[in-house]
Amino acid sequence: MIRDITIGQYYPKDSFIHKLDPRTKIIGTFVFIISLFLFRNKFLPYVVVIGFLGLVIGASQVPIKHIVKGLKSIIFLMVFAIVFNVFLTSGEVLWQWGILKITKEGLENAGFMALRLTLLIMGSSIMTFTTTPNHLTDGLEKIMNPLKRIKVPVHEISMMMSIALRFIPILLEETDKIMKAQMARGADFESGNLIKKAKSLVPLLVPLFVSAFRRANDLAMAMEARCYRGGEGRTKMKPLKYRKEDFISYLILVLYLVSLVVVKKVSPV
Amino acid sequence: MSITLDHISYSYSIGTAYEKHALKDINLTIKDGEFIGLIGHTGSGKSTLIQHLNGLMKATSGSIYYNGKDIYDEDYDMKELRSKVGLVFQYPEHQLFETTVIKDVSFGPRNQGLPQLEIDLHSYEALKQVGIGEDLIDCSPFELSGGQKRRVAIAGVLAMRPEVLILDEPTAGLDPAGRDEILDQIAKLHKERKITVILVSHSMEDVAKYVDRILVMNKGELVYSDVPRKVFANYKVLESIGLAAPQVTYVMHGLREQGIAVDTNATTIDEAKREILKWAHREIIEG
Repeated sequence: MIRDITIGQYYPKDSFIHKLDPRTKIIGTFVFIISLFLFRNKFLPYVVVIGFLGLVIGASQVPIKHIVKGLKSIIFLMVFAIVFNVFLTSGEVLWQWGILKITKEGLENAGFMALRLTLLIMGSSIMTFTTTPNHLTDGLEKIMNPLKRIKVPVHEISMMMSIALRFIPILLEETDKIMKAQMARGADFESGNLIKKAKSLVPLLVPLFVSAFRRANDLAMAMEARCYRGGEGRTKMKPLKYRKEDFISYLILVLYLVSLVVVKKVSPV
Repeated sequence: MSITLDHISYSYSIGTAYEKHALKDINLTIKDGEFIGLIGHTGSGKSTLIQHLNGLMKATSGSIYYNGKDIYDEDYDMKELRSKVGLVFQYPEHQLFETTVIKDVSFGPRNQGLPQLEIDLHSYEALKQVGIGEDLIDCSPFELSGGQKRRVAIAGVLAMRPEVLILDEPTAGLDPAGRDEILDQIAKLHKERKITVILVSHSMEDVAKYVDRILVMNKGELVYSDVPRKVFANYKVLESIGLAAPQVTYVMHGLREQGIAVDTNATTIDEAKREILKWAHREIIEG
């Protein structure tokens, strides 16, 4: 039941995008997100953005249905953003009822905000769909490497991230198990008001925390037994290396940005 | 009083590439007061099967009757069923959460909505049945040893006074002494309180000594359902599905192959000893 979270789950395939260096994908995603907010409500630049995203999705071979499924998780956020934008933007009033008013600008803002959010989630989920968590943290570590000079514990941060990601499915499974065990003892997680519901979570959360700590302890012990002592002087079995495809991708990224700027300049609305 | 499973099947993730049939057309009747051993290799579907018995999982097709009533009826009281069919999960000590042992054990009876006096009574009794002394009842359950924790967790289910007690590998991870202790206590409970017990295990040795009937599962199917000696007679088939008969069976078959006329049906060490002595006696008198 809780395992049906599709957002950010790796989708195994052997596509062009899958084989890219994780750094390329992280930087690409970053640039893509910034590009979404470069211009205000203009229609034409979005055609370029959607075209670019469509190209990337096509190259990634992840079925579009799968990506859209991930959008379900942000519906609440989306509705929230739309409602606020519709009712709280000042401008040319189209409809009014008491203090509630809908403006032309508001509708426009809301529409573009929804579009932006959708594109943002789709764009960043492409990264997590095509990159294993391990690769992702490897890439992040490499990108953040220069920060080491100002004493940022880059290796430790990325190690924590990969461990955290690794533990998500384990903890989900554990939650499922403990929930069932307490239900077998007559626990009821569904009925009752909010306070009663929160209280009913105690028999679930306490064992879950205990087990998380136990697992953390075991893992620390196992790592120490294998002489783990931080990132100092640690080498990698498969060091990240840029290939021809990565340079091509960067080139495409630059082309995308340039065309976006050009379109923005010439776009009338 | 009985549990009847009628053509029970269960599949995971239907309609996707990950579809898996965990249970295939299981037909089974568990009579009142039986002591049953449920055996199967890892992933054979035994854990899935027992979660159906108290309604934690719902079969994809088929029906289950508890005391003649269909538990998938809309107005069937699932909570009532869960207190009648007590299920002790694997590593039950991982579900402990209260500040003291007695509070944790009384979680079940409290959920049943009993008056305080009965909650206390049932909880103390359950702790006594699993051999947890009065000196421990006000300790934090997290201070106890592994074996003690497990017994407290089992008491947590017993305190609900179930008519059927299902234990999923209650001896996993315990040392031999702790294992025998828990199994002996379960056997005693079965004898004294006349409750139905279903013991899930992957070790024939564990169950051979105690149970009246053995159910063998393989790849979601019920392969055997018979008294231990008849099941063990098929030890070659058991091996082919990743299980093994108790060592005694192998010894007796080995002796037989050597031309020593013993009854190969002996399932426990005591029975085997008697058989061998009987043979020796015959030999000496004849010789």
